[in-house]
Amino acid sequence: MDDLYRDYILDHYKRPRNFGELEPHDLEAHDHNPLCGDELGVHIRVADGKIVELRFHGQGCAISQAAASIASEEYVGMPLDEVGGLDGEWLIELLGIPISATRRRCALLNLKVMRGATTGDASWPNGGG
Amino acid sequence: MATAAAPSILDVRADFPIFGRRIDGRPLVYLDSAATSQKPESVIAAIDDYYRRHNANIHRGVYTLAQEATEMFEGARERVAAFAGGQTETTIFTRNATEAINLVAYAWGREHVGPGDAVLITQMEHHSNIVPWQLLCEETGAELRYLDVSDEGKLSLEQLDAELARGDVKLVACAHISNVLGTINPVAEIVGRARSAGAVTLIDGSQAAPQMPIDVGALGPDFYAWTGHKALGPTGIGVLHGRRELLERMRPFLGGGDMIRTVDFQRSTWNDLPWKFEAGTSMVAEGVGLGAAVDYLTGLQMESVRAHERELVGYALERLREVAGVRVIGPRTAEERGGVISFELEGIHPHDVADLVNRENVCIRAGHHCAMPLMRRLGVPATARASFGPYNDRSDVDALIGALAQARQVFGV
Ligand SMILES: Cc1ncc(COP(=O)(O)O)c(C=O)c1O
Repeated sequence: MDDLYRDYILDHYKRPRNFGELEPHDLEAHDHNPLCGDELGVHIRVADGKIVELRFHGQGCAISQAAASIASEEYVGMPLDEVGGLDGEWLIELLGIPISATRRRCALLNLKVMRGATTGDASWPNGGG
Repeated sequence: MATAAAPSILDVRADFPIFGRRIDGRPLVYLDSAATSQKPESVIAAIDDYYRRHNANIHRGVYTLAQEATEMFEGARERVAAFAGGQTETTIFTRNATEAINLVAYAWGREHVGPGDAVLITQMEHHSNIVPWQLLCEETGAELRYLDVSDEGKLSLEQLDAELARGDVKLVACAHISNVLGTINPVAEIVGRARSAGAVTLIDGSQAAPQMPIDVGALGPDFYAWTGHKALGPTGIGVLHGRRELLERMRPFLGGGDMIRTVDFQRSTWNDLPWKFEAGTSMVAEGVGLGAAVDYLTGLQMESVRAHERELVGYALERLREVAGVRVIGPRTAEERGGVISFELEGIHPHDVADLVNRENVCIRAGHHCAMPLMRRLGVPATARASFGPYNDRSDVDALIGALAQARQVFGV
């Protein structure tokens, strides 16, 4: 089996969870990784300060799309004010695959978009380069 | 894989030290020459020799070293000019193609383009041949217009005629060979038509100069730009061939040492061509290196380099057809293309394709290739791109095809 493209990564890439649009939504953001053309947007519904539902949409490499899908399952139910405190290491650990420097931004794009939507901070999470 | 049945036109890999490199015990399959070329021993040795034996600042020293360095640098200019069919005095050294194009946009464009004028470029340009014109048009109030690219990756001369007929086009800028599509554009026709319409032309020869015989004099553009590092030379040096009448009338681009004749407290006068456009200490070692690169290419004969790449591209196009799910972008035949092939592999993003083939040491590029408007036009977020140099042969293509098959296996497509 491939180190990077593990079965669960490819499964999330081919059948992404929480993907699509969400109308109406309370929060949204959209961003891209100009290096490789990965694009990702998010629609979020909030209740009682928590993320109750979210949908990613976009296109990109397997790492960026699978990472969004895997992380989406963590974001649902999370208090809004926790998102801004998440860092790149949290995400890389969650993915459980060796992410090289050249693929780091692919993996981190979903967190960047989430932080953009919840805190307005559109910078790369630490370690994003 | 053995390719004894069809020997390459060129067999020069041994001239390039980097191919002695092993990664994880296996050789390098370098298919990214459109981004930058590898360097022959002779270029590396020329730079080394310059620093070890001749290094001095050029042009004003009277001692032996300074004379040698000056002769080496100016001698390189002569050979670089001859290589491209240009004249020595109108061959300006810049940092790269990007700086050459910016030189024209600033020193010519700011004087001659104004409100109500148009700059005409194409949808297949590299960002280097887009952004300087955007800046120029933003500043001057001119309009930036584009020639379309067809689904097969070609320009239309009819559209060019229609654009020129509007009477407002001051400058036409266009790639000789597209770094994404591989398309060889009909630059002689483009230059001729633009000239008849009174428009100045700039041809971006970054991909053409390394691959095919260039005769700037016969082609006749007002400006022709290229970049050393793609033509087996070092980074940090590019070339602008310009038409003498225009260069003489243009204001300087950058001000400083070397580009002046006299400097008074308030005013200065300019040096002769080409030095008027070369402010500050020149990239001497890089110029010497580029001189060695054009010597090497001249030794191979550019007709042979072109034939070699055409043969390889033809073979690669044929073999890519064997891989299920591959869609090649750009012109159909090797005759219409330079040594560049962009493609998509169904079900696998180009970034993943490049990562997967890298496991076999196959170096290809994935992304927008500094041509985001073209990606838009093609309706793709990115492409994978394989490109060739004189050192490649069929075994490199075979390695790519094998690696693509493995990539499909990993992804289960
Ligand atoms: C067609 C074309 N134009 C311009 C450039 C810019 O070259 P440089 O970055 O050396 O200025 C490139 C290379 O990236 C290119 O392929």
